[in-house]
Amino acid sequence: MRSKSPPRPKVAVFKFASCDGCQLSLLDAEDELLDVARAIDIAYFPEATSVMKKGPYDIGLVEGSVTTHHDAERIQHIRRQCKTLITIGACATAGGIQALRNWAEVDEFVRAVYASPQFISTLKTSTSIAEHVPVDFELRGCPISKHQLIEVISATLAGRKPNVPTYSVCMECKRRGNVCTMVAHGTPCLGPVTQAGCGALCPAYHRGCYGCFGPMESPNAASLSQQFRVLGQSGPEITRAFRGFNAWAWPFRQASGEGHRS
Amino acid sequence: MSTPRNRTIKVDYMARVEGEGALYVKMKGDRVEDVQLKIFEPPRLFEAFLRGRHFSEAPDITARICGICPIAYQMSAIHAMERALGVEVHPMVRMLRRLFYCGEWIESHGLHVFMLHAPDFLGYPDAIALARDHKETVEMGLRLKKAGNQIVALLGGREIHPVSAAVGGFHRVPSRGELEPLREELKWALDASIATAKLVSTFDCITFEPDYEFVALRHPTEYPLNEGRIASSRGLDISADEYEEHFQERHVKHSNALHSYHRGFGSYLVGPMSRFNLNYDRLPEIAQQVARECRLVPPVRNPFRSIVVRSVEMVFACHEALRILDAYEEPPEPRAKVRGRSSIGRAATEAPRGILYHRYELDEHGLIVSAKIVPPTSQNQPRIEDDLRELMPGLVAESNEEITLRAEQAVRNYDPCISCATHFLKLNIDRT
Repeated sequence: MRSKSPPRPKVAVFKFASCDGCQLSLLDAEDELLDVARAIDIAYFPEATSVMKKGPYDIGLVEGSVTTHHDAERIQHIRRQCKTLITIGACATAGGIQALRNWAEVDEFVRAVYASPQFISTLKTSTSIAEHVPVDFELRGCPISKHQLIEVISATLAGRKPNVPTYSVCMECKRRGNVCTMVAHGTPCLGPVTQAGCGALCPAYHRGCYGCFGPMESPNAASLSQQFRVLGQSGPEITRAFRGFNAWAWPFRQASGEGHRS
Repeated sequence: MSTPRNRTIKVDYMARVEGEGALYVKMKGDRVEDVQLKIFEPPRLFEAFLRGRHFSEAPDITARICGICPIAYQMSAIHAMERALGVEVHPMVRMLRRLFYCGEWIESHGLHVFMLHAPDFLGYPDAIALARDHKETVEMGLRLKKAGNQIVALLGGREIHPVSAAVGGFHRVPSRGELEPLREELKWALDASIATAKLVSTFDCITFEPDYEFVALRHPTEYPLNEGRIASSRGLDISADEYEEHFQERHVKHSNALHSYHRGFGSYLVGPMSRFNLNYDRLPEIAQQVARECRLVPPVRNPFRSIVVRSVEMVFACHEALRILDAYEEPPEPRAKVRGRSSIGRAATEAPRGILYHRYELDEHGLIVSAKIVPPTSQNQPRIEDDLRELMPGLVAESNEEITLRAEQAVRNYDPCISCATHFLKLNIDRT
């Protein structure tokens, strides 16, 4: 009987500036979805359900970055409502691709896109959730890995630390048996400074990593930039390489600035 | 209940759509005073920060506009760049792109039909609740969606933001043998999508037939995915190069997404119903037969039957994917060599929700000077509001709750992708 079982943990999914891809990862876990839905109470997940239960919630999953005054206030409210707050994806953990505005004049950006800029209210920067409120766990990726998402939810429910490695893509690449795209083909690859999690996808598909899981723990980005120069990359090319989906994550931000100066 | 003189229907946060939107309808008696689909999804300003990026980066960057239809963005960006740079691709690369797109259609349509739209017809808040009473149906839907995702993951490494598509072709192409494991599941998916079409064709739906202008790509021989001229039910027949001469975007105060209009005509409809109505003769016999059995006779004008059309398109996509598995041979090179040069390129492809237009201007180094992206939901947004305006007077006798449910369902008929619609546009569009 449903009424006799202990209350299931209430989980909420919130969206900020994003593409919806990370929350879609939950719906893309086709084999696990119905089991997950039995283990938890999906209390608030507007993309999937019109039932919207009030907080507080045991777990809040936050997708997207903060780009408006309204959202900067909303995240404060959400933090108060969630016992455990987990940010999912490059937008939520690093500001996302829309953080490229952080190097530009945002008013000019708005004028470039909208005919009536006065209708648009936006902040000068796109920032991670952790720049606004304390976050209990940051899950990386553009998009996140659905397997890592299930692991983080399971670990949180069990009260243990999620098993999400912080080493580089190179580790996964070696394990997968890929030929090193940089050594063998001279293709610039962000794998040596990027956190694992994707399964070394890009090298397996014969291209260099473009850093969608963001910086690994203690990366040596300066050394990689130097190697890119040896491979014939120009300063602007190096800048663009680091200014991708995790551009505003500090090690990439720093490395991109150095590329720019040279 | 009695009919109040003044009524306001408000949905502050639309559920089961992709992105953040709200609905506002103001009625006086049986007259609709105002309808607004408010898109408050924050702008991400893609067209601004694409400037200065290399042409080869556009497919991966624009994919991040939408996690539900990243391949559509990759394909429109790639075709526009190839037009700009004069690239011809190998016929097998072309075929592989169609297969890739079929995967996205199956995934996206499967998601919408089973998880977002069917709950409306059957009276549930979501697919999880639906699964408590109709477990087999939801499991079929999830497996069908997964079959589409399997194509995408095999060709591109992962379901969301796959990594293999490139200007000129693919970073890596599969061998014929690598595609073979897809076959059994696609055969199942073909049968399942036929069953889906038959199932959803039994759903009750109201009679509502607006006078749409249907706009879709049309190809000489194929049901359109990557290529074709832009055609309409009012006689339009243009190339993608002429798109901006015929379609115009306006910036309205209540929405962070631009509204598109057909110049001289007004709102128009893109997406499955338009494709089906303009390209019925290009569907394979099996899809036509299913359509007939579901009593879908072009032109289908009732948007509440779009769920059936979407299912028939899944039949097409599964059939087409199987056809490609039979015909595919690994091309000699995964991609053509491409060099940047000063140029302009435009392309339109058929995203699951309808025409997705991209235009890029490049400098002599192949860096982007300007970009314009018009997603399907921007194009449909004025039409969605028109639907609501036409639908509401017939519902005045209903309770506010019933009207709200109907209005939400009418919006969901479009499978609107609000995340997509918010990030676009272009310089100085207030031309009216």
